[in-house]
Amino acid sequence: MAKLKIEDLKRIKESMKGTVNLRQGEYRVKITVHMGTCGIAAGARTIMSTLLGKIENSGANDIILTSSGCAGLCNHEPMITLEVKESAPVKYIKLDPEKAGRIFDEHALEGNPVADYALSVGSETTY
Amino acid sequence: MQDLSLHILDIVENATEAGATLIEIYISEDKNKDLLQITIKDNGRGMDAAMVKGVKDPFMTTRTTRRVGMGIPLLEQAAKETGGNLQIISEAGKGTEVVATFQESHIDRKPVGDMGATLATLIMGNPDLDFRYYSNLEGEEIEVDTQYIRGELNDSISINDPAVINLIKDLFKKNTKS
Ligand SMILES: Nc1ncnc2c1ncn2[C@@H]1O[C@H](COP(=O)(O)OP(=O)(O)OP(=O)(O)O)[C@@H](O)[C@H]1O
Ligand SMILES: [Mg+2]
Repeated sequence: MAKLKIEDLKRIKESMKGTVNLRQGEYRVKITVHMGTCGIAAGARTIMSTLLGKIENSGANDIILTSSGCAGLCNHEPMITLEVKESAPVKYIKLDPEKAGRIFDEHALEGNPVADYALSVGSETTY
Repeated sequence: MQDLSLHILDIVENATEAGATLIEIYISEDKNKDLLQITIKDNGRGMDAAMVKGVKDPFMTTRTTRRVGMGIPLLEQAAKETGGNLQIISEAGKGTEVVATFQESHIDRKPVGDMGATLATLIMGNPDLDFRYYSNLEGEEIEVDTQYIRGELNDSISINDPAVINLIKDLFKKNTKS
């Protein structure tokens, strides 16, 4: 039976020693990937994997990645909502890994929304 | 949906939206009977009898953003295309069990796909829920139990830390025959 090994879990626990444990709620940027049926069929899982890889490679520990249900805009999927704390959330539409990567670099890391892929600025909160 | 792991992701999303705290996913095959079976079980709010009856109909949805629900009808279609079927057992207040059965060797049977990516996405997106996964495919058994992982991590790292998520992805990469 293949399962996670205690040694592996111990090893990552060790490697994390001394770093800040990021808890829910204490973040600078929150990225929500919409995971309704349309989103999944359009590639939302790949967007999630792309963003996970970006978070890892950037070493950022103040960005949280999460998912939520359908946003009701099926023909705009895959979509994410990116929220920089204290700023209005931005919905990005019709994404692919390349667009998601650029949004991560420019908006999540540098704080500059990518107008090219945005649906609208403001008016909605993520949940 | 391209493969079954995407259908599973979608069906589990229903369970998270139904307020489940524990979601179990089982995939197994029976070579003698040429069957592949997927079971997704949750302890969410469940459905009453009328709702269970209507849920395979795309016009049945409780979502308010759109008037049709597609997740369950699409999985049922995928099962039926192989001569299989979809069963939903649910009780209001108790939970729901969705069982999809496929004729494994059927030409139209979608591949299982990347269950590692599906579990990674689910755990990443729902770090407060518990998932129990077990599959037995091509003689390879894989198990993931977030209660166990959480216990071992002992609050020193969150379960949705990229390091933990990658361990889960690797587990599937190393133990899946393609
Ligand atoms: N596990 C579950 N527990 C409780 N209710 C469920 C569950 N699965 C489905 N339902 C109910 O059945 C309805 C139809 O589900 P289905 O997945 O087909 O469509 P949807 O989730 O409404 O929309 P879509 O999947 O297209 O985004 C849901 O709206 C929900 O009310
Ligand atoms: Mg659904």
